[in-house]
Amino acid sequence: MADYKELEDLVIQVRRDILRQVHKVNSGHPGGSLGCTEFFVALYSELMERNENFTMDGINEDLFFLSNGHISPVFYSVLARTGYFPVEELNTFRLLNSRLQGHPTTHEGLPGIRIASGSLGQGISVSIGAALAKKLNKDKHLIYTLCGDGELQEGQNWEAIMYAAGNKVDNLIVTVDLNGQQIDGATKNVLPLGNLKAKFEAFGWDVMDIEKGNDLKAIIAGMKKAKEKTGNEKPVCVLLHTVMGNGVDFMMHTHDWHGKAPNDQQLENALSQNPVTLGDY
Amino acid sequence: MEGLGRTMKRYTDTGKKDTRSGFGDGLTELGKKNKDVVALCADLTGSLKMDDFKENHPERFFQIGIAEANMIGIAAGMTIGGKIPFTGTFANFSTGRVYDQIRQSVAYSGKNVKICASHAGLTLGEDGATHQILEDIGLMKMLPGMTVINTCDYNQTKAATIAIADYEGPVYLRFGRPKVANFTPSDQNFQIGKAVQLQEGTDVTIIATGHLVWEALQAAETLNENGITADVINIHTIKPLDDETILKSVKKTGCVVTAEEHNFLGGLGESVARLLSTRHPAPQEFIATQDTFGESGTPEQLMDKYGLNASAIVNAVKKVNARK
Repeated sequence: MADYKELEDLVIQVRRDILRQVHKVNSGHPGGSLGCTEFFVALYSELMERNENFTMDGINEDLFFLSNGHISPVFYSVLARTGYFPVEELNTFRLLNSRLQGHPTTHEGLPGIRIASGSLGQGISVSIGAALAKKLNKDKHLIYTLCGDGELQEGQNWEAIMYAAGNKVDNLIVTVDLNGQQIDGATKNVLPLGNLKAKFEAFGWDVMDIEKGNDLKAIIAGMKKAKEKTGNEKPVCVLLHTVMGNGVDFMMHTHDWHGKAPNDQQLENALSQNPVTLGDY
Repeated sequence: MEGLGRTMKRYTDTGKKDTRSGFGDGLTELGKKNKDVVALCADLTGSLKMDDFKENHPERFFQIGIAEANMIGIAAGMTIGGKIPFTGTFANFSTGRVYDQIRQSVAYSGKNVKICASHAGLTLGEDGATHQILEDIGLMKMLPGMTVINTCDYNQTKAATIAIADYEGPVYLRFGRPKVANFTPSDQNFQIGKAVQLQEGTDVTIIATGHLVWEALQAAETLNENGITADVINIHTIKPLDDETILKSVKKTGCVVTAEEHNFLGGLGESVARLLSTRHPAPQEFIATQDTFGESGTPEQLMDKYGLNASAIVNAVKKVNARK
């Protein structure tokens, strides 16, 4: 049973990390990062079975792939805070010679990263490959994937979605960050996604919603239910209803903070809404 | 200049075979000896000669369907867990169609994926320009960390297929559709990045890759009859290029003809020109397509029309010799 106080403290600290990373270099993607903070904390602290030492092959552990690589600030913060590399390294986000590139990469050898992402639409395919390798290795662990909702406009996703169902890739849980926003505005105005639940189901997936996608308890309960659905000859899709910019009032419910950093005053305001818990890096 | 009728090494065509069958037979051998090898195909299993692997190792064969982008992503993911994926489709769909997937998920991510591409170049024949990619070597060699191999016959393609499984890192292996002369040894030791010197001469260096290697050998015989002796070098690995073998030869001969079934922009010829211009400038002529698309026709007709055969190489040698 989770110690929710501990997890909530971690959520707040991760929010601070996100805000401070993007503020320092005046670039990066805070909106989507904040919207998925609770999900990342739940995944890495509570849901995934992870080995202590990072290996690329990740044998006998659950693996996570981030398809929408632009929300690297939350990924980096949670990786650091769960022991993959020193939290002080968050100071190097997007700086020259850093392992914390603008978008995640294996190229600089950062522990916790198994694939480069950023050019959208590739993560589900990669995850299917990793899931098939697990099956060949008789490794019962799971593959978790996160992709953006706007990202589903990329056609490759639907090749992958068709393949996974057709080939019973049932050790895979793909979570869609359903925040309804993308760079140019609301997804419904840019290119409507339609009924995603019906679409995934029509492709042969087992689909479920987590309506409270920024509520730790709801995420943990929902993802545990998703986990129970695995091994049943169907890939599992979780539609995670989130609020972009969650936890910072002026960043919420808008696409404005998709790829924009706060200025000094905005940072101060945002941090005051999320007072230090575990300690800043 | 050496005398007329100088003794040359003899190369015998042991019977025409397609290079894609060399790939298929190499994959069959790999299937038996390396349990980590997996094969993925995008609805061209027969064309890629992957049927035998599919039949003998169904659990390690993945039919992806007509979805090449997904195939490259799945292959990248399968390396995570120690698999060695070989993807198979036509060269056009192996490269241009999936460039960004290869760039991000394979090359930048440093994944051990072997992208195996058949039906490259004009010799695909009657299907025409939509399928005849002449830009793939350029596309692949520009990717940091990508090894680029273009084999010349059945035996070499089979040996290369087996060899790349033991090399850790992304590889582009290019071969073709038609039955062509099979003349390299069946027991050859294929070394990635190591050029093969096929003839020794003093007047010109002919550097060829893929189907043009056999043509270069024919050209060298004709030239020899005319008193011109040629170094003939088979560059099966375009990247990394065997700089030293090329430099040693051109320092001796003073001029070079490059020959490839590819656009002169981005191909082997440009790689050789870059090397020579920085380390040993020498006159060069390019046997390659001239920034054009292909068209329908038989392989022989097309290679003749676009100037990719022995007689074109002979003419280029005469031209480059005059520029020395």
